[in-house]
Amino acid sequence: MGKTVVAEHLSAFFGEHQILHDVSLEMQANQVTAIIGPSGCGKSTFIRCMNRLHETVARATMTGRVLLDDENVYEANSVWVRRTIGMVFQKPNPFPAMSIFDNVAAGLRLNGIRKKSVLAEQVERSLHMSALWDEVKDRLSAPSASLSGGQQQRLCIARALAIEPAVLLMDEPASALDPISTLRIEELIEEIKCQYTIVIVTHNLQQAARVADTTAFFLSGEIIEYGRTTDMFTTPSDKRTEDYVTGRFG
Amino acid sequence: MKSIWSAWSKNQLDRLFSSILLTFCLVIILIVGTIVYELVSRSALAILHFGFHFLTGQVWDPVHQVFGALPFIYGTVVSSVIGVILASIVGIATAILLTQYGSWRWLDLISILVELLAAIPSVVYGLWGIFILAPWLRQSVEPILNRGLGFLPLFQGQGYGVGMLAAGIILAVMILPTITAVVRDVMQAVPNELKDGALALGATKQEMVSLAILPQAKRGILGAIMLALGRALGETMAVTMVIGNRPQIAASLFAPGYSMASVIANEFTEATSKLYESSLYEIGLVLFLLTVVFYSLARLLVWRIRLQMRVNA
Amino acid sequence: MSHRLLLWRRLKNQVFFTLLVFMSLIALFPLFNILWYVISRGLPELSIRFFTRLPGPVGMVGGMANAIVGTLIVVSLACLIAIPIGVGAGIYMAEYADDRFAAVCRFLADVLSGVPSIVAGLMVYATVVIWMHSYSAFAGALSLALLMLPTLMRTTEQMLLMVDTSLREGAFALGATRFQTTVQVVLPTAASGLITAVMLSIGRVMGETAPLLFTAFGNSFWQDGLNAPIAALPLQIFVYATSPYPQWQAQAWTGALTLLAIILVINIAARAFGRGKLR
Ligand SMILES: Nc1ncnc2c1ncn2[C@@H]1O[C@H](COP(=O)(O)OP(=O)(O)O)[C@@H](O)[C@H]1O
Ligand SMILES: [Mg+2]
Repeated sequence: MGKTVVAEHLSAFFGEHQILHDVSLEMQANQVTAIIGPSGCGKSTFIRCMNRLHETVARATMTGRVLLDDENVYEANSVWVRRTIGMVFQKPNPFPAMSIFDNVAAGLRLNGIRKKSVLAEQVERSLHMSALWDEVKDRLSAPSASLSGGQQQRLCIARALAIEPAVLLMDEPASALDPISTLRIEELIEEIKCQYTIVIVTHNLQQAARVADTTAFFLSGEIIEYGRTTDMFTTPSDKRTEDYVTGRFG
Repeated sequence: MKSIWSAWSKNQLDRLFSSILLTFCLVIILIVGTIVYELVSRSALAILHFGFHFLTGQVWDPVHQVFGALPFIYGTVVSSVIGVILASIVGIATAILLTQYGSWRWLDLISILVELLAAIPSVVYGLWGIFILAPWLRQSVEPILNRGLGFLPLFQGQGYGVGMLAAGIILAVMILPTITAVVRDVMQAVPNELKDGALALGATKQEMVSLAILPQAKRGILGAIMLALGRALGETMAVTMVIGNRPQIAASLFAPGYSMASVIANEFTEATSKLYESSLYEIGLVLFLLTVVFYSLARLLVWRIRLQMRVNA
Repeated sequence: MSHRLLLWRRLKNQVFFTLLVFMSLIALFPLFNILWYVISRGLPELSIRFFTRLPGPVGMVGGMANAIVGTLIVVSLACLIAIPIGVGAGIYMAEYADDRFAAVCRFLADVLSGVPSIVAGLMVYATVVIWMHSYSAFAGALSLALLMLPTLMRTTEQMLLMVDTSLREGAFALGATRFQTTVQVVLPTAASGLITAVMLSIGRVMGETAPLLFTAFGNSFWQDGLNAPIAALPLQIFVYATSPYPQWQAQAWTGALTLLAIILVINIAARAFGRGKLR
């Protein structure tokens, strides 16, 4: 089951440079929240603060709180946090030296699951969920680099889902993919959203409109508007949101 | 008229300049050619005289004009391998620390200090080896090793301080900066996305290193080791000063040995006969070939990495 | 995920980090140890005498004046030979050569950079020393130049390739020839990097001993022109270090201190220069 993620008064920095300015946002459990905004506005930085990846970058700091069902992420153990909040990145990043199977099993192994049968079962389940099973079931031991870009991205989704996170962060998961792969991933989000809290960053406004229940519009490190997706796209309350969703912007 | 003249002279100047530079490039070809030619032609006498037995002969006896290079090859290879093993362990660990713990503030200092090791001349290492390292080995390290691991032939017998172990350790210190620097570059080249991928799965830093960094850097690390091995094989002064300079093959690392570079350094100016001199040239030739092989392997491995990165990017 | 497992993984992580720090300390230990001994054992014999006198026989106080001067002469001579050729060849590889020829030069430079310094000495002996019938400052310089060449070529090439192509095109568009473009646009842009690289390579050959053994050979007196054997600081350190006399051994440490000081100054200057220009 998903958990609600609440960001409270987040400010994020790279050295002296402030990227996020006091951002607060609630991402409901078992819903899809889309984050839109022009590039460089801090969308990636924002979601990397959710699973504490931001702090792994040299000279990167942040202030504020992130709550995961009332538990403060920044007071919990970072390994536990990242294990509970899965993430899929803009560029597919399977471990190139590993086979397809080992990629999906990587997170399970980290968590101490060694039994072959359990691993195999979990890997198959995750690959089914990411709609990749039929394409790879005959070559699970092939290197992950032998997959196409779209397949690699679905492999990364399977890898993230295998450890059954409560939250799934997706940073422009389809931006590097062809339309068919993109469609696959959107269908996938539709199918799994009842079990997870999904936060998706996207450049593609139609995509946000198609998959998201709520949408947040970021601009220069601040949230300009936040609300039900249909409202955002039909009756935006802020002039800047309207400019952006109608394409009159940037 | 004047502008035609100046255009003409400009072109002439250009051509002159480029042919001078071309000559400089040709100098490189000439030098490499000369090295190979001189080494081969001057060792011809020994090659013809001893044939392949030169490489397998264990006797080095200038008085009776018997020259076998095996003790030197053995000494060079064994001391270099010891050096490379020690330096790899320490160097790879240091490189991981330097690249993966980016927010730790002592790192810049460590990195500068390790680079400083490379600036120390070989003869100073040798001096330190004779007067500090060797006595320390003799008094402290070798007795302990002998007591603890004396059942292994490697650590048997009386330790003199100077010997194979001392040469290996000094080589390790000397090639440490090379290994550290190359491995660091290789690890820095691992894309951040892979690290993020591992961390996002809930990997600890150590797990991230073994999941994302090491498999990617494997080949480059091997290249770094080859490069270091190439350097260690040819290192002369420091080894000459601590290896003990005795042409023998002993199982114990405590025993004195001799290396190819050292025997050239020590005996070349005293080589009294043509055959003696020619044998030393042949040792030089073998040494040259050996180092070229390892350097080429290293370049190939590290170069492949670069190429791979370019393709992936 | 069980709590115990998480604890275990964090412990493993902590141990790993501790091990890395420990290894780095091991890496640094020899540096401090060497510096400490070179300074503490080198200082007692350090005096004006050391820099002004010739080596004396055992029992007499001597210095390394001729060796210091000798090193400066041999290294300067080596620079005179290696810098024009190395930098020139690097320029040709970056600016003129077609890919195939550049690749050949690059390969040969790599081969040459792998040549052990003692073998470089052998080669110079086999050609120059035999031909001149004498060890000489010139032969010593040549062997050092051999060691400088490949690095100079490669770094020059790399520095020039880093210069933005648009700069060159801008100059060509103004009607400049390749020569003018190279000299007036490309070289000045790469100059600070080049100077740093040259200085670093000088620092590197300054301490080379092996190639000098049978080229410069060494000399206990003031050198007698460039065609005669010449003393060099690293050679003198080697001879004294391996001698049985405590007094000479002590002087070897002082020589090492002097040599190290010179090399460190060159290194630091090179780095400071590179950094200053980059900003
Ligand atoms: N590693 C980094 N170091 C310094 N600045 C960075 C780094 N990553 C991103 N930035 C800066 O942070 C800002 C926001 O980046 P990001 O969150 O990636 O934007 P988005 O994902 O919305 O395109 C940008 O101005 C970018 O230049
Ligand atoms: Mg982004």
